[in-house]
Amino acid sequence: MEHAPDADEEAAAPYSPMDEPMLEALAAAAPGAEISTRRHVAGGRLDEATVPRDEYGACVAAAYDAGYTTFADLCAVDYYSRDPRFEIVIQLIAMDQRRRLEIRVGVPGQDPVAASITGVFAGANFYEREAWDLFGIDFTGHPDLTRILMPDEWDGHPLRKDASVGSVPVQFKGAHKPA
Amino acid sequence: MSDTPHNVEGDLHALAVDPPEESAGPAPDAQSRRQVHDMWVAGTEEQAWIAEATDEGAQELLPRDIDPALAVQRGVVVSDDYEVAEQVVEDERQIINMGPQHPSTHGVLRLQLEIESETIRRVKPIIGYLHTGMEKTAETLTYTQGATNVTRMDYLSPFHNELCFSLAVEQLLGIEIPPRAQAIRVLMTELNRVSSHLLWVATQGMDMGAVSMMLYGWRERELVLQFFEAVTGLRMNHNYVRPGGVAADLPDGWEDQVESLLDVVPKGLGEYEELLSENPIFLDRAVGVGVILPEECRAYGVTGPIARASGIDWDLRKAFPYSGIDQYDFDVPVEQNGDVYDRYLVRMEETKQSLRIVRQVLETMPAGDYRTVDRKVTPPPRKRIDESMEALIHHFKLFTEGFKVPEGRVYQAVESPRGELGMYLVSSGGPRPWRLHARTPSFAAVQALPVMMTDSLVADIVATLASTDPVLGDVDR
Repeated sequence: MEHAPDADEEAAAPYSPMDEPMLEALAAAAPGAEISTRRHVAGGRLDEATVPRDEYGACVAAAYDAGYTTFADLCAVDYYSRDPRFEIVIQLIAMDQRRRLEIRVGVPGQDPVAASITGVFAGANFYEREAWDLFGIDFTGHPDLTRILMPDEWDGHPLRKDASVGSVPVQFKGAHKPA
Repeated sequence: MSDTPHNVEGDLHALAVDPPEESAGPAPDAQSRRQVHDMWVAGTEEQAWIAEATDEGAQELLPRDIDPALAVQRGVVVSDDYEVAEQVVEDERQIINMGPQHPSTHGVLRLQLEIESETIRRVKPIIGYLHTGMEKTAETLTYTQGATNVTRMDYLSPFHNELCFSLAVEQLLGIEIPPRAQAIRVLMTELNRVSSHLLWVATQGMDMGAVSMMLYGWRERELVLQFFEAVTGLRMNHNYVRPGGVAADLPDGWEDQVESLLDVVPKGLGEYEELLSENPIFLDRAVGVGVILPEECRAYGVTGPIARASGIDWDLRKAFPYSGIDQYDFDVPVEQNGDVYDRYLVRMEETKQSLRIVRQVLETMPAGDYRTVDRKVTPPPRKRIDESMEALIHHFKLFTEGFKVPEGRVYQAVESPRGELGMYLVSSGGPRPWRLHARTPSFAAVQALPVMMTDSLVADIVATLASTDPVLGDVDR
């Protein structure tokens, strides 16, 4: 999936990770990662990294050490027909350097397991619970992987593409069933 | 999904006529709370049964040594630590629930508290009571309808939600927004910050016993809401900022209304400061209470006024500006102590700075279109529909099918009154989003509540919770 042309950014110069010490550290920790960067209109930078699943934990730890110390977001996307089916997307911020980093990691549908990053960012706790609750992605090493938004006794993971809207009948009090 | 417990099993009507066999006699579980209590006191009941009857439910506090909130706190000095005498024994700890129905939780938030006499030892926020699946709903709505959905997430700053969604869609579309539309967006979002902070100071006062503060805060906020109503037709959930621009131009005489707001609201702010800033009761309950350190803010993703009160100089309007907000002069207030009082100072100053931006927008409002002229996104004017078949087709297509957005993904963040509001939008090239994730500031703030509340007094919980300004619609979505 290519990035659409963006009104808020300028054309980035040809990229080499060697120009950027922070991204170089990422590339060293995750050799399989595809890293890119572009400039935001006001001088900040937007970095992106697509990492293989087995290098995900190391990449996040390296990002923290490189200066991306603020955890902003973790979410999952279900691409359904694509392989790998799921993608985990995390957003980190390096406030002092005015950079944002988006790390994406693919997670196959048959084996929806990824490393938990709660050891690096304590704030990933609720976000990983949400991704488990809504997408059924298992985070190994998470201290308390329970439902967070859905009721505790809920079956299934509603934000998956094969869980359709309206598949669970709503129980209206005292309603008669149609014959 | 047919085996889910939410299914209606059997015919309810028939059930009422012919009760099943087992409901005739008293079921073993049907004993009253009073009986459970008596058995507990007498010690006659098996422990297992009592444990079941007094169960906390599926959500439980974690074992003490693996609670990540405490792991972060370990080794750092927290100035709101309440020094409790050492002789309090383990047996005096009890777990109580605050909420989900509690007037000071600003919605339906449940806090599982482990208390030791008057001290909070551990806290677990339990959320989801207001979850309505808005991210799933967003996948079924076109981009034209999407703003109607997202505006209901954070109902105290609806313009920011709409703006964030619209900016994300516009980035994928790659369209330019006319300067007047951008200025209107800045005007409305900054006034929204004012109304949100006014509501916050009102409820913060009310939660800490200053009920008159609530009345004053509501008084000035009402004026801002009246302006919103004049512009959008609604007091909340406006659906005014839309992909491509805004829904309508500002009404005639809007300058006078904004002028009167700029006159009245600062006077109100002066009154609040007179009421609260040096009020000894307020100081006692706010200074040194609910402290969060800058490192903890970073680890937990806490942004906005809470982070700025802890000494983090970070505002997305300065760092990653959007909608042309970088052309206006304003300061970002930063305080150092990270307690309830500093959050109060930061929000009061932010309100003034937002009014300063509004003043500049009022003076420099450019003329021109209030939405893009791109016919793929913007419906044709009503007059054209009578004259042109093409216009009619365009209009019909836009409101039945919606417009298609090129394949791609984007993360767009704006500075909402509560912090970083981000939306991650994935488009598969169709007229509906493939995925819309909202990164909401309240979600991160509620997650960090254990950090602020652990080892503080029961009485400080309400003050701390109010100072994080959570909107539960924003947390649960």
